[in-house]
Parts: sequence; structure tokens; C-alpha cells
Amino acid sequence: MTPTPDHKRLTLVVVGHGMVGHRFVQAAIERGLTETYDVIVVGEECRPAYDRVALTSFFEVGAEELSLLPGGAYDDPRVRLVTGTEVTGLDTETRTVLLADGEVLGFDELVLATGAAPFVPPIPGKDLPGCFVYRTIEDLEAIREAAAGATVGAVVGGGLLGLEAANALAQLGLETHVVEMAPRLMAVQVDDAGGAMLTRHIEKLGLTVHTGAATEAVLGESHVTGLALRDREPILAEVVVFSAGIRPRDGLARDAGLDLAERGGVLVDEQCRSSDPHVWAIGECAAPAGRTYGLVAPGYTMAEVVVDALLGGPGAFTGADMSTKLKLLGVDVASFGDAHGTTEGALELVFADAVAGHYKKLVVKENPDGDGTILLGGILVGDASAYGVLRPMVAADGTSGIELPPNPEDLILPASRGAVEIGLPDEAVVCSCNTVTKGEILARVSTDGAGDAEPCTDATCVTRCSGAGSTCGSCKPTVKKIVEDHFASVGKVVDRSLCEHFGLTRQEIFDVVAVHGYTRFDDVMEGHGTGRGCDICKPVVASVLASQLGGHVLSPAHRPLQDTNDAYLANIQKNGTYSVVPRIPGGEITPAKLIVIGEVARDFNLYTKITGGQRIDLFGARMEELPLIWRRLVDAGFESGHAYGKSLRTVKSCVGSTWCRYGVQDSTSLAIMLEERYRGLRSPHKLKGGVSGCARECAEARSKDFGVIATEKGWNLYVAGNGGAAPVHARLLAGDLDTQTLVSYLDRFLMYYIRTADRLQRTALWVDSLDGGLDRVRQVVVEDSLGLGSELEAAMDAHVDGYFDEWAATLEDPDKLARFVSFVNAPGTPDPHITFREERDQIAPADADGPVVLGATIAVGAPLGAVAGTR
Amino acid sequence: MTTTSQATSSDPTTYTVVCRLDQVEREGGVVALVGGAAVAVFRTYDDEVFALDNYDPFSRASVLARGIVGTRGDISFVASPMHKQAFDLRTGHCLDDAAVRVPAYDVQVTGDGQVLVGGVRSNS
Repeated sequence: MTPTPDHKRLTLVVVGHGMVGHRFVQAAIERGLTETYDVIVVGEECRPAYDRVALTSFFEVGAEELSLLPGGAYDDPRVRLVTGTEVTGLDTETRTVLLADGEVLGFDELVLATGAAPFVPPIPGKDLPGCFVYRTIEDLEAIREAAAGATVGAVVGGGLLGLEAANALAQLGLETHVVEMAPRLMAVQVDDAGGAMLTRHIEKLGLTVHTGAATEAVLGESHVTGLALRDREPILAEVVVFSAGIRPRDGLARDAGLDLAERGGVLVDEQCRSSDPHVWAIGECAAPAGRTYGLVAPGYTMAEVVVDALLGGPGAFTGADMSTKLKLLGVDVASFGDAHGTTEGALELVFADAVAGHYKKLVVKENPDGDGTILLGGILVGDASAYGVLRPMVAADGTSGIELPPNPEDLILPASRGAVEIGLPDEAVVCSCNTVTKGEILARVSTDGAGDAEPCTDATCVTRCSGAGSTCGSCKPTVKKIVEDHFASVGKVVDRSLCEHFGLTRQEIFDVVAVHGYTRFDDVMEGHGTGRGCDICKPVVASVLASQLGGHVLSPAHRPLQDTNDAYLANIQKNGTYSVVPRIPGGEITPAKLIVIGEVARDFNLYTKITGGQRIDLFGARMEELPLIWRRLVDAGFESGHAYGKSLRTVKSCVGSTWCRYGVQDSTSLAIMLEERYRGLRSPHKLKGGVSGCARECAEARSKDFGVIATEKGWNLYVAGNGGAAPVHARLLAGDLDTQTLVSYLDRFLMYYIRTADRLQRTALWVDSLDGGLDRVRQVVVEDSLGLGSELEAAMDAHVDGYFDEWAATLEDPDKLARFVSFVNAPGTPDPHITFREERDQIAPADADGPVVLGATIAVGAPLGAVAGTR
Repeated sequence: MTTTSQATSSDPTTYTVVCRLDQVEREGGVVALVGGAAVAVFRTYDDEVFALDNYDPFSRASVLARGIVGTRGDISFVASPMHKQAFDLRTGHCLDDAAVRVPAYDVQVTGDGQVLVGGVRSNS
């Protein structure tokens, strides 16, 4: 839609700030709709949109992590967000909506994104205290409170949402019953056999499943005491959750006289326009062609369609892929395409393994030419690893599809690498969350398809650049396979060798060092390398040896391996001088120590600057001055800050509850404890941490490799953030931890990183590179799925026990000190290349313009020979 | 900068004793002051000794002796500690940029383990 001729700005009102309303506003901003429209979003819930799909994780991660708009406002000033306010009336004549607080908003266009409400069957006792629905964070908070005093809970409804709710009750420690009226669980997605397999999985977890059971009443006088079932014994329970389906919230449209679908929902056309041309509806409240959609992906598509329509585009909503893959109570369930075989001529291929708990069904059909089969849909329970390959093979219209191989059963038989050896056509949608086709993935990795951009070199890069696999992650293995197959087909081996001397990755070097117990570079080289190494492999081996063995990085066997800065335990600067950073744990320092730093800087004429990590950097030290400077610092109680190492730098902190009137925990003490625990730890790249004493986050902890933020109940642990050229916010690993658990998770996280990351790969990229990403880290660190937890913690304990200050140790060792001289044959002569000018009352490096000759007047050695040649 | 005198390796008078061999660690380097110039003296894994001008023309700092010594193919090299450009220890040629090289010096190790640095190798 183009601007009106008088360029008056128009007003767009969005009713509802759930996931779909939020997506609409995001798309409106991104696509420039706010150039024409002022947007007012009115949400009924007290908080901005949050991830309702992940609602069950609320107990683990808290509300903050679920938020889709953590800042609480949109970046675009033309968008106004009103939360905690219900829209109570709609008048299409005057084009106004009425808010609960009496405010009247005029609109030029109105988008209804009111979502759906849980359906509560009209049975006696449904309103008793102890009855809940499962839809909002407030619902979950109420359930949690009720569960605290209860022992048994029952969920009415065994569909997708019902099982989510059952999972929540089980997590809260309740003995949990699931009551489903249909003869099987997840009746929409799976068939009887699949449902039976699912029931077995869930009962193994200790839940009780009642299928084919009709709930007749909620029992109890003043509070729930149980459920009465038709023709069965009642279930005794103190908590009842209704999760028996949803109903579109179409009340506003109904009262305004707009057309509704027969079974509810605002009837809209392919552009999601209602019977009033200025009112649109998207998400669960909308019924395109009379049908409602209870998944978020179709809602997102509708949001995009309306933005497109308002911009005058041709977008249309013509139905949605209702394929689902999810993990329910730890069980993989996937359903896609024509899962129930309703297409004429459909045939079923079934594989079931009751022992392993796997049920897999493919729905196929002979293709029209009669010379092969095409895939219509399928069901996977217990093992859904084939989903990523199978789903793109189903054509969206359900009638055509991709030709299956001669033995389609291979696709679901176990062991055969997920049977991925199938030529997907380029137009197959591999990532359905972000609609990325195989062709687009191939374009990212081919040299001629990437346009001006550098082609991607691995699957991680493809995910970053195309979005494929960045949302639910279920297609990541397929993306990786496509990328690897492409490189194999063009004869390019994806070479992850460290350098010409080692055909191993950093992780593999870490493993061979651990397995063989190597203590020296020469042993590693003899066993696994060729040549004498280089500036790439030597520091890697040095770091791996330091991580595993401790010891001094300047010990004779290790010294020549160290990179520039580690080699002199200081940071080299552009003119060949060094900077010195003493450790100031947590940024806390006494006035007396501060004075020492000032005196040392003054006496050695060093340039001083405060660092971003809350410490002080002293610049301009000549190499031969380093021991003298450190003598003074060590004597005053300072130790190395490891600013020169690929190792822990700082743990930044705010003053926390000790001083701050907002602080809820003692962030400074924790930061000091963590910095002292992990100091000196050699890692694949530098490590930074932060601790904030409250949610205001003054320590900027989420910009660090590990960030801890205080809550009323303990600590939230965030991991894998960084600043720099590509800033990344750390993501929540676990919430409300006590200090001991926090430390054990951090120990595991850091050691897991040190063991498996690539050279110079910071934590954010490392997490992205893992199959499963952050979920994988959570499995290993929090759930201890590999059983490595105690081993990783023991490795960290060994580091802590073996720590010593490497500068103090250097000062005690004449052999190590011998290297800190300007000239081996003239130790008293300062390097004449180093000169300084003055800037703002401090020194600065003077520009070098070539090698400097001291000249014959300085008597060193024999007669003057040749000096540097022409340059 | 011009060459102030032409040295050849056959002229023993131009050699300067700079240190003992055991003062230079294997696969490491030291800086010696030779006739007013800063010369980096390197020792390889098999005890060969080489000398290059210490000045790194890329970073314009006198630092090459502090680099990591290793091999690229059969060539022993030092990587500049600043930005890692590799220099051939025998000739001073930069292995990453054919247009750049640093002067290489004649160097000898005497029977009693003294390291002697001579003049710039004229043909290097």
C-alpha cells in the first residue's frame, strides 16, 4: 500500500502481542512498513511476547530467557508497545478499538493476532481451585505454586500440548496421569501403533497414561481431589491441568459482526483479510479458507503475508506444512505429510522395534507413470533421525513428490547412516523453519553462486549465512550432509588439518596427548607429525600440554613453542615493547596496591590505561625491563594477569549487594572466586567472564564467554557470548543455581570447551559448531549425558591445585631470566629502535622508519662489518 | 640505507664473536649487536645456526629473533612475532611475499662452541 497523497502517516493497530503478533511487528519494521505506518501493539499479558512453544522450559530457564523482546521495546520509535491491556471493543464503522482502560485508538488498518484460548470441557467442578490451563507464564507460575503442596497431578488431554503439560507436572515432582479421550496419544499426529509405542515410552518414565478415557467431572468440594472417569476408577489428584485443545479467540471479530468460520476463527482470504477490508487476522485466531492452524509456523507465514499485502505485494497463504518434529518427555516424535495415509492409493511401509522402542511408518504411493514410488508422509516415534531427509521429499501439495530409491524401506531401517544417500532436488525445502531449499544451500558453498560474498566453507557458516538450521536445528545433519557431499563432488576434501605438520585437528591433538600421555612437543611430532612444526602447531601443542599438565610455559621444552606474547609473559606492542597487566581479580583493588601500580608506572615511565576488563595496562616496557617491573609488582602482592595468554583474562563484576541498593547477590566476591579459580587456565582462545549482582547487568556479563547474573534465588549462568567484531550475547545454560552447582557447571563447560574446540575458536563459534549447539552443551554440562561430568570437574580441580604465578616463578629462575636481555652480547645497551614521543603527558611509540644503526662509536665486538642492506 | 662496507665470508677479520652456542636455545633466537646493527641469531633443531637482520620490514620493529622457528617443507624459517610472515633462515627471503627479504648474515660456530657473525651475505 502506498502512502496517501498528502503523505499523512497512517496508523496500524495490532491486537495481541504473542509470538505471531511479535513476528508481524518485526516483519513490519524489517520490510519498511513503519515508513508509512505508526504501529501500536496492544498485548493483554503483562509481559511482551515470549516463546510459548518452549513454555515447558520456563521452570528451568525462567521468564527472561523465554522473552522474544528482552529489552521490552522495539528499536523502531514508530512502534508503540502497550502491555497488560485488553482490547475490549472493535468498531469497524469508525475504525476504532476500545481498550480496557477506556482509551480509544483509531486505526487505518487493524491486525488481529489474539491467538487462542485453552478449551476447558464443560464438566462439573472445572472451576475448582486446583484446576489450571497451560498457556501462559502466569499459568505455569500458578501450577508451580499448587504443585508445591501436592503429590499427584492429572492432565486432561493427551495431545501435543497435554504431553507438554504432563512433562511440566512430572518435572515439578508430581506423580503424573495423562487422560486422553481418544484411543491413543497424539491422535492428530500419529497412528494407533505409533501412539502405543509413545505410551510405552512415557510409562517407562513413570507417568500413567489412560487412553480412551472420558473425564466426567472434577471431584472435590472446596479444592480438587480427583477426576471422575466414565466406566473407570477415579484418579485421585490435587492438581488438574486442562489441555484438551484450543479455541480461536475471535470474540472481538464476532462482536464487530465480521464473518467467522464454521468451527470458529476469523474467516480470512488468502491475504488474511477479513470480511472488512481494513481488518486482518493472523495466527491461531484466523481461519484462512475456514481452517485454523494451531502451530506457530503457519502463524508466522500469515504475519509475513499481511505485511506483504500492506506493502502491495502478492503474498498469499495457501495452507501450511503441518509437519512436526519434537522431543516429548525425551521421546522423539515426528509426523509429516499425509501421515495417516488418506490419499487415494496410499500404501504403508512400517518398521517397528519394540525392544528399542522405535516405530517408523512411511506413506508412499506409486507415481502416476507406474515406474516407482513417491513419498506422501510418515510417522516416526522413538527415533526421528530420518526426519530431516524424509520431510523435504514430500511435496507440499501431497500429490506429487520426489522419486524414492528402489528400496524405500532402507530409509527407515536402522543403522544405515540414516539412509541419506538420496538425491534431493534443488527445490526441496531442507529447513522448513526458514524456508531454505537445497539449491540455496548449494549456492552458499559454490564459488559462482555466492555472489560477491565469499563462499561458505562449512555447514556452520551455511547456517549462519542462510539461516538453515538456525531455528529448531532438526535439519542441521541434513545441511551438513549436503555441504559435505557438495565438497566431495567437486573433489575438495574438507581439510581440518591444523597445518602442514599435523593431519589432525586441535581436538584430535588434545586426544592423542591425553591418550599417549605426551609431555613434550617432540613426542607429539614424532608420533603424529612431520617436519619441525611452525607458528600454528607449536602454540597449539603448547596450549594443549599446558591445559593437561600445568607446569611453566617457559620451561626449556616448552619455551620455543610459545607464541609471541606467552614467550615473554607480556603483550608485544607495535614498536617491539611490551605491556604489563597485573591481575586485579574482579576489578577490586586496594588503594595501597593502586599506588604501587602508579609508582611502578612512574618509575619506568610507562603509559597507563584502564582496560575494558577492569584492570590497568602499563605500556612501553622494554623486554629487559620486564623482570624489574615484575619484581616490584610481585613484591607488592601482584601476580600475572595472563593478558598475554590464550587463557582466562578477567571476571568483570559490579559492586553487587554489598554496596548497591539494587543488588541481590554478592557479585564481587563471586567474580573474585571465579577469577582465582580459573586464572592461568590455557584454552583454545582467550576467555572472559562477568558477574552481575542483579538483572540490571552492569557487569555486561552476557558479552562474555561465561556470564553470571544474580537472581533472588541464586545465579543464572549464561555461556558463549563475546564482544569484538561479531558480538554475540551469551545464552542461558541453567538458572537459579546455588554457588556450588554454578561452579561445577562452569568447570565442566570450560573443560569441555578446552577439550573439543578448534584452534582460536571462541566459545560462541564453538557452541555453534557442535551438532545440537547449546542443547548439546546443556546435555553434556547440565544433564551429564556423556557421563563426563566428574572427569571434567576433576581436570579443573587439578588445574586449580597446580596453579602458581608464572611471573613469580620466572623471577626465581636465572635460566628463564637470561632471555630478557636487549642484546646477547651487549645486555647493557638498550635497543635503539625503540624511541618514544610524548602525547597528553605520557609516552607514545615514535614512528619507526627503518632499521637503526648504533654506529661505530659504540664499542661492541669486532670491527664494523656490513650493516643492513638496501631495503 | 646503503651498505657501508662489503664483507665476504672468506674474510675472517669481519667475524664477531657474539655468544656461546648454548646461549641460543634450539628452535629459538637471540639478538646480537654486530657493528652497530641488531642481528638475530637462530639455532635449528639439528643445531644449524643462521643469522638475519633483526628488523621486521612488515611491522617496522626490531623483533625477528623473538619469532617461532620451524620448517615449511624443507626450509627452516622464522615467523615474525608480530604478524607471522615467514622468513627463510638461509637467505632472508620472505616466504609469503617474494618482493620482501631481510639481509642474511654469514655465521660460523667454532669448535669450542662460539658463535661468530660475519657480514651481510652479498649474494643473499
